[in-house]
Amino acid sequence: MEVREGKNEERHRRSKRGTEMTSSTSSGPKKSSISRRSALIGMGATAAGLAAGPGFVRYAQAQSSEPIKIGFQCHRTGIGAAYGRWYERTTMAAANLINERGGINGRPLEIITEDDGTDPRRGAETVEKFVNQHNVDVVYGTLFSHVVIGSAPTAAELKVPYYVVSEGYHVPSGRMNRWCFQPGITDVRSQMSAVAPWVANNVGKKITMIYPDYAFGHDHRDYFPPVFEAAGGEVIAQIPIPPTETSFTRYFPQIPAETDVIYHVMIGPAILTFVRELGEFFGGTGPELFGFIDSLEAIDVNSPGLEFLEGSHFWEGMPRYLQEDTPDYERFYRDSVGIDESGASVNDSNDVSTAAHMFGCWETLFVIKEAMEAAGYSGPDDRAALVEATEALERFDAGEEHPQGDKIFVPEIHQSFGQQNISVLRDGRLDVIHRTAIEDSMYEPEADYRTQEL
Amino acid sequence: MSFPFLLLATLEGLVTAATLALMAIGLSLVFGVMRVVNVAHGEFFMLGAILAWAVTTAVGGHPAIGFLAALIVAPLLVGAAALASERLVLRKLHYEPEATIVATIGLLYIIQQVALTFYGPDARPVVAPFTYRVALPWFGYSGYKLAVIGFSIILLIGTWLVLTRTRAGLIMRATQYDRETAQAFGIPVDRVYAWVFALGAMLAAVAAVLIVPIQQAHYLMGHDPLLLSFIVVIIGGLGSLRGTLVAALLIGLSDGILSVFYSPTLAKIVATSLVALVLVFRPQGLFGKTAR
Repeated sequence: MEVREGKNEERHRRSKRGTEMTSSTSSGPKKSSISRRSALIGMGATAAGLAAGPGFVRYAQAQSSEPIKIGFQCHRTGIGAAYGRWYERTTMAAANLINERGGINGRPLEIITEDDGTDPRRGAETVEKFVNQHNVDVVYGTLFSHVVIGSAPTAAELKVPYYVVSEGYHVPSGRMNRWCFQPGITDVRSQMSAVAPWVANNVGKKITMIYPDYAFGHDHRDYFPPVFEAAGGEVIAQIPIPPTETSFTRYFPQIPAETDVIYHVMIGPAILTFVRELGEFFGGTGPELFGFIDSLEAIDVNSPGLEFLEGSHFWEGMPRYLQEDTPDYERFYRDSVGIDESGASVNDSNDVSTAAHMFGCWETLFVIKEAMEAAGYSGPDDRAALVEATEALERFDAGEEHPQGDKIFVPEIHQSFGQQNISVLRDGRLDVIHRTAIEDSMYEPEADYRTQEL
Repeated sequence: MSFPFLLLATLEGLVTAATLALMAIGLSLVFGVMRVVNVAHGEFFMLGAILAWAVTTAVGGHPAIGFLAALIVAPLLVGAAALASERLVLRKLHYEPEATIVATIGLLYIIQQVALTFYGPDARPVVAPFTYRVALPWFGYSGYKLAVIGFSIILLIGTWLVLTRTRAGLIMRATQYDRETAQAFGIPVDRVYAWVFALGAMLAAVAAVLIVPIQQAHYLMGHDPLLLSFIVVIIGGLGSLRGTLVAALLIGLSDGILSVFYSPTLAKIVATSLVALVLVFRPQGLFGKTAR
């Protein structure tokens, strides 16, 4: 209201000045400013029209010598950008390797990358763009669970296989659809089923959970307490924090004094602030810490202010630091992606990778390759056959194509199960001290996607 | 509610209030003097943080040296950018209120995308000039955060003195009070506008340099501070410096206390409800004067 009054007053003053004062230097004739303004609005409208209109459409000829096109839905910008950068590097390394080894069904593999801004709405738009404009064979590579949940319906509508590398429980829960797969990375519920007993027996029984307040965090909220309580522990408080939050100290008073262990999993651009403020608040005298490495993904564990993390435990999907017993195929994978012994880029030691997650891209591309070859995939008409061929897969053996380790694929819920690592932060590096068995992470499927029509 | 947490809430609130006050005063000054609603204000804040990262990275050595360099260089560069956009855009639009809102929205996206292009989408940390953990009996607190409060107060007093005790301040206040008369008395209103716009942006940049060792520099970080600054400026009264200070303290403290004892979401609800109440019952703001 005040603004509007201000404007009216200004307009009034201006019109008065227009007649009374002729020597004004800072204000030109009103007429020209109106035309400028309308020109500006016109330009804006044109731009909006262009953006909303149908894009430039490429007409691809379907020929068997054509490359197989995989649409890579990448978090190049937005809150998932650090993951996006490494997902892209891993994807490109795997695609190059597949092409070096003869491609898929003798056809070269082409990765078409679109930025989804880590935004569900844009995620759905990129799926459409991949199918209608780029004419891709499959869509792949999404991490953030809200983007997966936003994009999956579009994938089903357009009947395009959608292979995600997301970790969220949304795929195995049955809430997505038959077109959506997660074969290259394990889901949060299985991770928690595997690590909860270890935490209860080795770290502490009374836990306070801190997690991001959206789909991925809600999986932690919902599925950790039952398995932890079954293992003899107790969740005494749950503290959700918005993933876009920038200041965390204000949440810490909610941590009950009798807490033995703080279970933390944060994501987003402010995770370094989160762990630092946790350190400032407790100073190393507080409860034990058990974190999902997400809280430190793409962040150097030796950053100033993180000294208090010494001795604390982390879940890692795949070890960031090269271990003494790292097998050759895993070393091959690390070299191909370009990470050094401490999990940072070989070109820039400050550019720390998202090692605990990005292997999923590599493995998923090899799963797509395996399924396409099994289906004799030749083009978009075979998409339904590709879905069925993926559902026929049962296990993936550790090796260059699956460097994280053996996996069991459960076709009912389109989800892979694998081993999990628990590492301790000691002397400025993360060392794996426990590796769970695949069976530790398995739970009864609660859905069967195969009953859905294709 | 226990005393230790009230103390924590107050400290957190004061950190918010201090940097918010710096930023909101910049916004308020620009509106008061130029009648320009600067929607791009948050992006000048972001730019300050990103430049602080660039300067500290380039300087190297002890973190304090880089930080002090950033404290001088970043606001100057941001001021220069603001000066350029004022000359190239706002002046050409003759400071038309509607046109400048649209133009500053445009500036917002331009600055954001330029940052995304050249700085990238990552959040990058700036090391604090010193790390000292104040160990209270109940919890620890960052010594640097306390320094932020102190330094902001000094800067606010400085801004206040410039505005009330110097010739430059007199000229700004005269221009704000009555632009035509000021012009008739030979005040170069055109140049005053340019400098005020630059000064406003520089205040946002200083706030950003102070905050960036606590948070990280990220290309989307300008959004929340912009909203809070608008809230503060509306509650305090558009163009009223005293009102802006009081409102920043009010919003900062209520944000800290409500976030600690209830939830950060409730703090935001209260702040926005306050704006609504002020707009309904006292549209000129707590300390604003009714339109002449």
